[in-house]
Amino acid sequence: MAANLRNQNQLLSKMAIGDGHGENSSYFDGWKAYDKYPYHPEERPDGVIQMGLAENQLCFDLIQDWLMKNPEASICSPDGVLNFKDTAIFSDYHGLPEFREAIAKFMGKVRGDRVKFDPDRIVMSGGATGAQETIAFCLADPGDAFLVPTPYYPGFDRVLTWRTGVQLVPVFCASSNNFKITKSALEAAYGKAQELNIRVKGLLITNPSNPLGTILDRETLKEIVRFINEKNIHLVCDEIYAATVFTNQHNFVSVSEVIEEDTERNRDLIHIVYSLSKDMGLPGFRVGIVYSYNDAVVNCARKMSSFGLVSSQTQHLIAAMLSDDEFVDRFIAKSKELLDKRRKFFTEGLEQVKIDCLNGNASLFKRMDFRRLLKDQSFEAEMELLRVIINEIKLNVSPSSFFHCSEPGWFRVCIANMDDSTMEVDLLRITYFMLQNRYRNKVVKVPTKKQRQQSSLKRSLSRRKMEDFM
Amino acid sequence: MAVENRKQQLLSRIATNDGHGENSPYFHGWDAYEKNRFHPTQNRNGVIQMGLAENQLCFDLIEKWIKENPKASICTPEGVNEFKEIAIFQDYHGLKAFREAVAKFMGKVRGNRVTFDPNRIVMSGGATGANETIMFCLADPGDAFLVPSPYYPAFDRDLGWRTRAQIVPVNCSSSNDFQLTRAAVEEAYEKALESNINVKGLLLTNPSNPLGTTLERETLKALVTFVNEKNIHLVCDEIYSATTFTPSRFVSVAEVMQEVEHCNPDLIHIIYSLSKDLGLPGFRVGIVYSYNDAVVSCARKMSSFGLVSSQSQHFLAALLSDEEFIDNFLSESSKRLAKRYRFLTEGLKKVRVSYVESDAGLFFWMDLRRLLMEQTFDAELELWRVIVDDVKLNVSPGYSFHVSEPGWFRVCFANMDDETVKVALNRIQAFVQTGNGTTEASP
Repeated sequence: MAANLRNQNQLLSKMAIGDGHGENSSYFDGWKAYDKYPYHPEERPDGVIQMGLAENQLCFDLIQDWLMKNPEASICSPDGVLNFKDTAIFSDYHGLPEFREAIAKFMGKVRGDRVKFDPDRIVMSGGATGAQETIAFCLADPGDAFLVPTPYYPGFDRVLTWRTGVQLVPVFCASSNNFKITKSALEAAYGKAQELNIRVKGLLITNPSNPLGTILDRETLKEIVRFINEKNIHLVCDEIYAATVFTNQHNFVSVSEVIEEDTERNRDLIHIVYSLSKDMGLPGFRVGIVYSYNDAVVNCARKMSSFGLVSSQTQHLIAAMLSDDEFVDRFIAKSKELLDKRRKFFTEGLEQVKIDCLNGNASLFKRMDFRRLLKDQSFEAEMELLRVIINEIKLNVSPSSFFHCSEPGWFRVCIANMDDSTMEVDLLRITYFMLQNRYRNKVVKVPTKKQRQQSSLKRSLSRRKMEDFM
Repeated sequence: MAVENRKQQLLSRIATNDGHGENSPYFHGWDAYEKNRFHPTQNRNGVIQMGLAENQLCFDLIEKWIKENPKASICTPEGVNEFKEIAIFQDYHGLKAFREAVAKFMGKVRGNRVTFDPNRIVMSGGATGANETIMFCLADPGDAFLVPSPYYPAFDRDLGWRTRAQIVPVNCSSSNDFQLTRAAVEEAYEKALESNINVKGLLLTNPSNPLGTTLERETLKALVTFVNEKNIHLVCDEIYSATTFTPSRFVSVAEVMQEVEHCNPDLIHIIYSLSKDLGLPGFRVGIVYSYNDAVVSCARKMSSFGLVSSQSQHFLAALLSDEEFIDNFLSESSKRLAKRYRFLTEGLKKVRVSYVESDAGLFFWMDLRRLLMEQTFDAELELWRVIVDDVKLNVSPGYSFHVSEPGWFRVCFANMDDETVKVALNRIQAFVQTGNGTTEASP
């Protein structure tokens, strides 16, 4: 066995035998628990509910309805099959022109038509995953670094660094000012990298943020653009949650708007990563987009897109769907409305058991503040609490440590990847857990006899009204 | 200039080097075609595209199947109930039905003489993505793979651009019809070692691009034995496996490895795709199939960078599971390809143009050495420009395939209708017979 391993180690690349893929982290424990015993309302009511998956499942009926009215959008329907051959042989890495035009138009609409996108700058990639990696290959050499504000999406550790050899330098943000990205935090991170002789090639921001669910205000974004211009480094804006902004009061400000206003800035430094996985809820279709204001990067990324083009079958479908202005307007509005409703339901439910969430106004998740439930303010305590949440309450949620957050106790919960009744069960379980905790810690009030009976029973939670527990 | 330099420093070395390979003159023919495309009725003076290895001969069969199987699409009334489940499916293991269908198809293409394990089927962004992924798994920057020449021009990009691995060509020559021998591989291997190059493996394309020939069983066995002796990998790009003119006659490394004593399966990997065999390059279906568990695991993690669209996985799972359809498709496809090949090659024989006899592929390897002003690559390039600009055929010059001798051209024949093929043949015959400005040896 040992000899075999030794042999393998010599046979394969360093990349293949290393841990750069990031999958040995405990991030995946909750996933494993879910895979082993997933929740089902009838078959496994005590199964693990997946709240770790940032998916948007709220608007499928709209899409399905559109499909029935637009059969020629599919090259595999009787109405669309005359396009089958031309589409099936189309592997040009420029992509179908109508696909690029539709995506450019959609991106504009998601930004309230305050900016226009050029279809010739739309470059495909294998999902946002492929897009991020491609941008890193274009901008950085092995050993170079990207600054990334914490907390950030754990997948970046693999996607940006594994095969590229690039490294990530965290920009620490704190809850004391709602995790805002400040100039001093940026300067500190940049300075630290310089001290360590690490060449910083760029700054990567996710806006709206994962896991915070917040959007950057215009001033902060302008400050960031100023910063990268001063340092002559790139700015990569991952805007894959752009259409998930809830309310109409807070308009999403894209970096594309800021550079339209601020014409002195060097556009060659600005790049956007986009995808339809979150905004439209179609992660399976692998529609990743690299949009760069730098011609050389567009060129290079386009050549690299051969490694992960969007299936022409999917390009054809998406081109048809996103060209339908009326449908797109309706979809964007409905999606926001349903996300807003879901967020409200969830946060109000949490408020009833005095759980706060970070004040966010976008994305497919909320960030619960469980700091006061920790035994102590340490990441070990956070992992302990996580194990309780996974194994006892049977929810797969994601703690601070997964996102390189500097403070333990924050848990990201995804709220758009399930139907209303499952959402109710989520809330019931969280509520039940909080009440149990109060009983254990004697924090708020003495539980009623009914509550004691319920907490002492190790029975699975079935669907009930929340009022039963209050 | 200073501004350019500043711009250059902004980007990575990969972004500013020529590793993508697109500055080669290979692309002049493409430009010429794009500017003036042949059409049998609308533009009979246009350039005929004979540089694109596509299989367009059997779309009628697929289109008929589509009409009869609306459930295969998640966008039809019959299939839309699966839309949501498929649209959210992004698990890098891929749809089980898809993996099973691909494994079964791969077996059928090899006459069911071997079976493939669906759990070893790993997706990638086309064969392009598959080849890059396998290199990332097996080679460190600077490591090398032996690749018999002539070889597919884009290997330089796919195998070496972002991986920083290098290709060491194993030169094959016309003296034996460019057949690969163990001796040639051994010689290239030793030479590489002498130059301190760390050879990690051998990559074969079988059936060959650009030759269209398949490896003899004995040769393949000898090569499997060779890699085992040297403890290096064998990557077999079998993307043309169903393009054999006689159906199911293709001898795969999957069969041969069972016949070689003490073959270490950890060294054997297959690259596959549906782009050539089924004629669906747009769907980007690349497959890495490895007998090495660690490679399967690693390649699967890397597949996140280029998964197959779940919409396409679903469709193809249905298509490839229809055994009756597939059996008929494979048989028809072979027949039509064989017919096309024979039509062209017999036409060439009439004007005494020779070519390498082959039994597979979407192209053949044509010998125009006697039309060269001199036996140099410059002369080949000149001849090629004449063929593209005057004869109006975009064929591919041997130089772009890293061949060691000038005068050879790859001619694709499966990406056009019968009428266009006739016109193409007439043009070649006319050109060869009248000389069109180039010298010609007396018949």
